[in-house]
Amino acid sequence: MTLLTVENLDITLGGQNILSHVNLNIQRGEILTIVGPNGSGKSTLLKAITGALKPTAGRITRKPCLRIGYVPQKLHVDVTLPLTVRAFLNLPTRHKAARIQYALDQAGLPDLGARQLSALSGGQLQRVLLARALLEQPDLLILDEATQGLDQPGSADFYRHIEEVRQNSGCAVLMVSHELHVVMSTSDRVICLNGHVCCEGKPDVVASAPEYRAIFGSGTQGALALYRHDHDHDHHDCTTHEGQHHHA
Amino acid sequence: MTTTMITTIAPRTKGSTTMLDDFMTRALLAGMGVAFAAAPLGCFVVWRRMAYFGDATAHAAILGVALSLALNMSIFAGAMIIALVMAALVANLSDRGFAMDTMLGVLSHSALAFGLVAVSFLPNVRIDIMAYLFGDILAVNKVDLAVIWCGAALVVGMLIWRRNALLLSTLSPDLAYASGIDPRREQLILTLSLAIVVAVAIKVVGVLLITAMLIIPAATARTISRTPLAMMVIATCVAVAAVLSGLQVSLWQDTPTGPTIVCCAAVFFVFSMSLGALLKERTN
Repeated sequence: MTLLTVENLDITLGGQNILSHVNLNIQRGEILTIVGPNGSGKSTLLKAITGALKPTAGRITRKPCLRIGYVPQKLHVDVTLPLTVRAFLNLPTRHKAARIQYALDQAGLPDLGARQLSALSGGQLQRVLLARALLEQPDLLILDEATQGLDQPGSADFYRHIEEVRQNSGCAVLMVSHELHVVMSTSDRVICLNGHVCCEGKPDVVASAPEYRAIFGSGTQGALALYRHDHDHDHHDCTTHEGQHHHA
Repeated sequence: MTTTMITTIAPRTKGSTTMLDDFMTRALLAGMGVAFAAAPLGCFVVWRRMAYFGDATAHAAILGVALSLALNMSIFAGAMIIALVMAALVANLSDRGFAMDTMLGVLSHSALAFGLVAVSFLPNVRIDIMAYLFGDILAVNKVDLAVIWCGAALVVGMLIWRRNALLLSTLSPDLAYASGIDPRREQLILTLSLAIVVAVAIKVVGVLLITAMLIIPAATARTISRTPLAMMVIATCVAVAAVLSGLQVSLWQDTPTGPTIVCCAAVFFVFSMSLGALLKERTN
């Protein structure tokens, strides 16, 4: 089932064309990753999908009553705003105390409910942001560079947790990441974005597409090789460059 | 002021029919009405760093006062209309990439200056401009009281109704959008509330000190609060206490009431800062 469809999306901000003719769709239960260099419009695309930005042209169609859980890149809590983890988890919907505690247990932070949000470490804050997004029982979980600021074991943990969440709740996951090798191994589909969709398909297909190589070089090949054998090489569904797939 | 007091106290000593005939009771109720609305709204003003915005809106209200006097309409209505126009102007200009503090400084003080000049042009009106700049809480009548409490009830009602959406929009507009909340709509609710508070607070503390009633109770509550709700409740208590003690002190020392209320709030702020520092030292 299609949760969300983006058709011919154009976004112009301050006279600058950020995104043009972007088409994509998200299916239930899949993990879709968007990769792209800085300034390629990844965050803009996510903003358009959550509704924070209006399309200049094109259309975004959501499944009726689509619930979105959004985990931002970072969260700045103003020093004037006192906010405990528990109070934050109750925004914008109030939940039963038992559910909040369960969410905290699941996030591996059972004792931090009364802690101030501003006193958490980067990893703890990331888990709390994820826990809050999951409390809404989303159909679609959106992660914007969610592991930025985490060390390698930390982000590996985080992605394992995401995989678990997907298994248990069946929600779709849309993420933006710069950690190409980790992302590639956990995604069902990858979209390479650079103002427009350069190429799209299974991780290994995208990784070897010339457009992708042109942007990221072949520096990630070593890491990718680890995962390459997991994927079916006969099934090339890179939309724009079928048949141009080269083995490294 | 002493003479007013004697004359107004007179009916009370004869045995008044209702308690609202007592100017002190009316002043107390008016002050509490403003405290109930200004304190929780003030928390949002502090969280969103809108203090200057509050100043600009409040200062513009003096222009509204001039308008009301010229057109012979209610001061509340005039002040509120101009406050809303000012708020809309600020919101509009801030979208065009002006430096916010500079622009607010320009708007805020020009509005005040134009208002003062406009009042001086009014023919056949002998008004005490001081009453609008610093408030005249002892002169509040029953109609004023009704308007103040209706306005306060409206503001508190809106804040309670929208509290979670307002809070999430304040914390992060992106999170709000993802949850299906439009932060611009929430901003509009705050702007409207601010205009109402400015309008009802003119009689009580005057345009120059309205921002104080918004900011000081909230700042006082910050050091001893752990959640947003607690901060709003404590700020309201601080504001009510400031009104009560300010009225008492002004009666006792024969000082201007509006500024005395703000002085009391400031004293509470210093107390809470020291208390906060003490608590911090103990936990370390």
